[in-house]
Amino acid sequence: MGKQETNVVDVRTPRVSIAIPQGEKGDNGQAGAAKEKPLKMRTQGVNVFYGDNQALSEIDLDIRENEVTALIGPSGCGKSTYLRCLNRMNDTIEGCQVEGTVTLDGENIYDRTVDVVHLRARIGMVFQKPNPFPKSIYDNVAYGPRIHGLVSSQDALNEIVMTSLTKAGLLDEVRNRLHEPGTGLSGGQQQRLCIARAIAVNPEVILMDEPCSALDPIATARIEELIDELRKNYTIIIVTHNMQQAARVSQRTAFFHLGVLVEFGDTERVFTSPRDERTQGYITGRFG
Amino acid sequence: MTVSHMSTSKLTAASLHRRHAVEKRFRAYGVVAIVTALVFLIILLSSMLSKGYSAFFQAQIRLPVFFSQDVIDPKRTNSSEIIARANYQILVRNALKARFPDVKKRREVKKLTMLISRGARRHLRAMVAHEPSLIGTTQEVWLLASGDADMFLKGAIPRDIPEKSRRINDRQIAWLNALEEDGASRRRFNVNFFTAGDSREAEQAGIWGAIVGSALTLIVTLILSFPVSVTAAVYLEELSTKNWWTDFLEVNINNMAAVPSIIYGLFGLAIFLNVMHLPRSAPVVGGIVLALMTFPTIIIATRASLKAVPPSIREAARGLGASPAQVVLHHVLPLAMPGIFTGTIIGMSRALGESAPLLMIGMVAFIVDIPQGLFDPASVLPVQIYLWADSPERAFVEKTAAATLVLMVFLVVMNATAVVLRRKFEKRW
Amino acid sequence: MQFFVLAVTLVVLTGIGFFFGRSHALSSVSGRARNLHSLPDYYGWYLALWCGLPSFGLFLLWVLAEPYLIDVLVINQMSAVLPDKWAGSSDLILNLVQSLAAGHTVPGEATPALQEAADHYNALKKTSFAGLAAAMASLVAAGLAWGLRQITPGLRARNQVEKVLRWLLVASATIAVLTTIGIILSLLFETIRFFQLTPFWDFLFGLSWSPQTSIRTDQVGSSGEFGAIPLFTGTLLVTFIAMAVAVPIGLMSAIYMADYASPKIRNIAKPMLEVLAGIPTVVYGFFAALTVGPFLRDVGMATGLEVSSESALAAGGVMGIMIIPFISSLSDDIIAAVPQSLRDGSLALGATRSETVRSVVLPAALPGVISACLLGVSRAIGETMIVVMAAGLAAKLTANPLESVTTVTVQIVTLLVGDQEFDSAKTLAAFALGLVLFAVTLVLNLVALRVVQKFREQYD
Repeated sequence: MGKQETNVVDVRTPRVSIAIPQGEKGDNGQAGAAKEKPLKMRTQGVNVFYGDNQALSEIDLDIRENEVTALIGPSGCGKSTYLRCLNRMNDTIEGCQVEGTVTLDGENIYDRTVDVVHLRARIGMVFQKPNPFPKSIYDNVAYGPRIHGLVSSQDALNEIVMTSLTKAGLLDEVRNRLHEPGTGLSGGQQQRLCIARAIAVNPEVILMDEPCSALDPIATARIEELIDELRKNYTIIIVTHNMQQAARVSQRTAFFHLGVLVEFGDTERVFTSPRDERTQGYITGRFG
Repeated sequence: MTVSHMSTSKLTAASLHRRHAVEKRFRAYGVVAIVTALVFLIILLSSMLSKGYSAFFQAQIRLPVFFSQDVIDPKRTNSSEIIARANYQILVRNALKARFPDVKKRREVKKLTMLISRGARRHLRAMVAHEPSLIGTTQEVWLLASGDADMFLKGAIPRDIPEKSRRINDRQIAWLNALEEDGASRRRFNVNFFTAGDSREAEQAGIWGAIVGSALTLIVTLILSFPVSVTAAVYLEELSTKNWWTDFLEVNINNMAAVPSIIYGLFGLAIFLNVMHLPRSAPVVGGIVLALMTFPTIIIATRASLKAVPPSIREAARGLGASPAQVVLHHVLPLAMPGIFTGTIIGMSRALGESAPLLMIGMVAFIVDIPQGLFDPASVLPVQIYLWADSPERAFVEKTAAATLVLMVFLVVMNATAVVLRRKFEKRW
Repeated sequence: MQFFVLAVTLVVLTGIGFFFGRSHALSSVSGRARNLHSLPDYYGWYLALWCGLPSFGLFLLWVLAEPYLIDVLVINQMSAVLPDKWAGSSDLILNLVQSLAAGHTVPGEATPALQEAADHYNALKKTSFAGLAAAMASLVAAGLAWGLRQITPGLRARNQVEKVLRWLLVASATIAVLTTIGIILSLLFETIRFFQLTPFWDFLFGLSWSPQTSIRTDQVGSSGEFGAIPLFTGTLLVTFIAMAVAVPIGLMSAIYMADYASPKIRNIAKPMLEVLAGIPTVVYGFFAALTVGPFLRDVGMATGLEVSSESALAAGGVMGIMIIPFISSLSDDIIAAVPQSLRDGSLALGATRSETVRSVVLPAALPGVISACLLGVSRAIGETMIVVMAAGLAAKLTANPLESVTTVTVQIVTLLVGDQEFDSAKTLAAFALGLVLFAVTLVLNLVALRVVQKFREQYD
């Protein structure tokens, strides 16, 4: 039953999945060749508890610079929880406890000396549902640079805003309404605004928590292109429900199941010859 | 690009110290705000407690009272009517004179008798009426001290302030001291405070009249507002479709909740007293006015708990062919009842604390008698507090604070009941 | 008491009607309930409604109208007999007559005329009661007969009963509207009469308020002065002080509770603030008059400032304390309604909590917070007991918070409490003030409620 359904999905979405894999294949080749890319983040023995419930156990995962790492797995498998560990967003949740080490450039981000504010400036995040602030488009993007004191003049701020909007591929659509509220944009535009907002702070890593789940296929395709583009400058970790998406945009894929990291490796390898039968089952649509 | 990341990181780090300082300050403002509010609460409660607790005790003075035949029943008729009509104040005066033989001048004697409450004669009369054989004997009797003497014996009147600025003079202090040394003064639990009506004499004033008045008023309020508001809420939430009329009703109800209470008083005065000629100061009118005020509170609470009943239950009932009224009466309303009761109790506790509108309809009169019915003149607890707060005497300050404490105890009990009810029956769907 | 007996009788008769209707319906189908259109109980209710409703309506009408009618009859009868000196003081006479009739002794003159009136009054009451009882009894009987004739197996009793039920519900809901209309009409009516005695502009823009009308009309200034500006400024001053206390404390508490406090602290602090909200205003008033006023005066004396013991500061400050929980709980709700995703977005950008609150949460919650403050203002303006007990009576045009001022509500109370003749400008002025108060708070409430509603729709 589940298998049939997946087949249906496969048949239904070829347009998107055919368009991108062409470029993707080449990239994958590169990724394969550049396996030695420097380590950006590393997690060792991470356990996460919500009260008495253990959400993640013993996660070891290496994230390499200028790559897209996709986290996949069925709902409730802990992939979003893991993502939120990486910029310590779990700190904001009542009763959440994180054990183990997470390093960014070799430095443990859970160390007492690490300043969360500073850390989050280095690791940006894009959320599942677009969440532009109820401010103008301009102010949304300028928010980060302003609070972090990144600019000393209005001109410099303008430049950052324009660059960020350009990078997020949004500038052409909003050039004439920079001072209208960001909440007035369409869903896809809002999400790109959130991406622009995140890159305006010039983070080293960008975390994306199912950034396309609330968007239609066309908006999704645009975001995926954008992610591929952003990879040149940023390290990206993306949580996704959509396996085609993981295959299209990522170089490495980690499969989570019931709070455990089941399999991690090159995207191509994970999708073509999974080593674990749970991975096999998930990507062939037997469960999830 | 790595270089650019580095510079960004440095820039961010540069302002961190200042930003964390701001953060700490902001957080501190929050703590200060909450602590301030709590300190206010503590000051208020402790001020009432410290001023009011002493009113629960009352000073008494022991005197050897000679129940003189000549005063009580000179013609030896033994008729209870004669005995009841005798002037027992003379007995009190004689007893005091006997205790302090050196007091001779009329004015001095008057000052002396002012130490004993005017209620003492009633006490003596009751003694004789109960036991006529007392006539002709001398008994040691504990008599109620007057308000001023009471205050002095409780230490509420400092001895070192100038004589002119206290209500009790040096001579009286000397007498009281003498009585105290004899062991002829004591403090007892003030039962009278809970059983008597209002009085001009602080030591005889009690809150029973006000409590009964409050109870009568609240009964009227409950009888009127509960059925009306629950049915109105059911109509708005369950049986009406949204249109301009229900929108209008809703605006009206929300506004009613925010109209100043004194406006309800003016409304009550104009309509119930001046147009309908209902009696002034009566619990029935007070109850109607408070019912109008409680109305929106109960409606809003009822609607909230009706809303909390999941639609699946309504659908299930409707699916079995129940009529809309049956759906509501058999399923939704019973499930919403705990919430409705909670809201009602909270509404009632607000009504119990309300006083402004009752001033308008004359429940502010000085009423000694305990009200017997809904049409009798009555006062209520908060208005009694207002009345006593107006009296300049120190003894009434104590009574006011004590009445406040009693009122708060009632409110705490009501609200605690509401909380317990909510905790016990609250369902999470 | 008699009315009570009557009401109980009616309830009992209605209950009997219920059983009668039920059994009649059942017997009409010889006990086979399935042959009835509705459940047997509905036939019971049907008959009960026919029995009880009409006479209950009559009962209500009678109880409400009777005192008025009797008073009018007594006055009419007496006006012929009474000496001229009583003319025009009908309220006073009525009071005397009523206490005589109730068997109390009347101070002074229990003249034969009064005694006669009292007897007349009692007789009228008796007749009225007998009439009511008879009318109700016949209505019950008629209802019973009519209802019984209607009950047939085919009668759609449930639909009929539910229709009546529905109309009862509508009637209940309509009371809200009737009350509002009643308030407006009663205030308006008396206010118009007031403006016939005192010019509108003198009231609204007059600078001097001294409503003491003298007893003899030939005295100077007998008409009193009704310039309400000093009352308005006094009210504004006290309200301003109250809001200056309540808004910062209430808002900061709300922010702290919504965005900072651990559940443990919230569980302690929230009920505490609710206690503050549950304290009756008369207690606050007593606290202001007894503790805060003298305290401020003493502080003033120590520092060489002249502080009135009934200063606006004392009344306003205590009123502020009273409004703190009001502002904090409304703002808390509003701030908590700002979606977590906005906070996450800001925190993920590396904003501190306070930056998040100030630049994202508060701007998003602003409309709600503003309307919470407006409701607070509306409450402060209408608050009565605190100012009656702790603020002054003299109308002064001052902005000095250390002086004593008076407010609109204080004047309404002083004008209406105690002996009053109903038609004097003094009493009517209270209604004019009440109308102003009602209008101002109505506007504030409507604006605030509308804004809150919009805010909630935005994030629902």
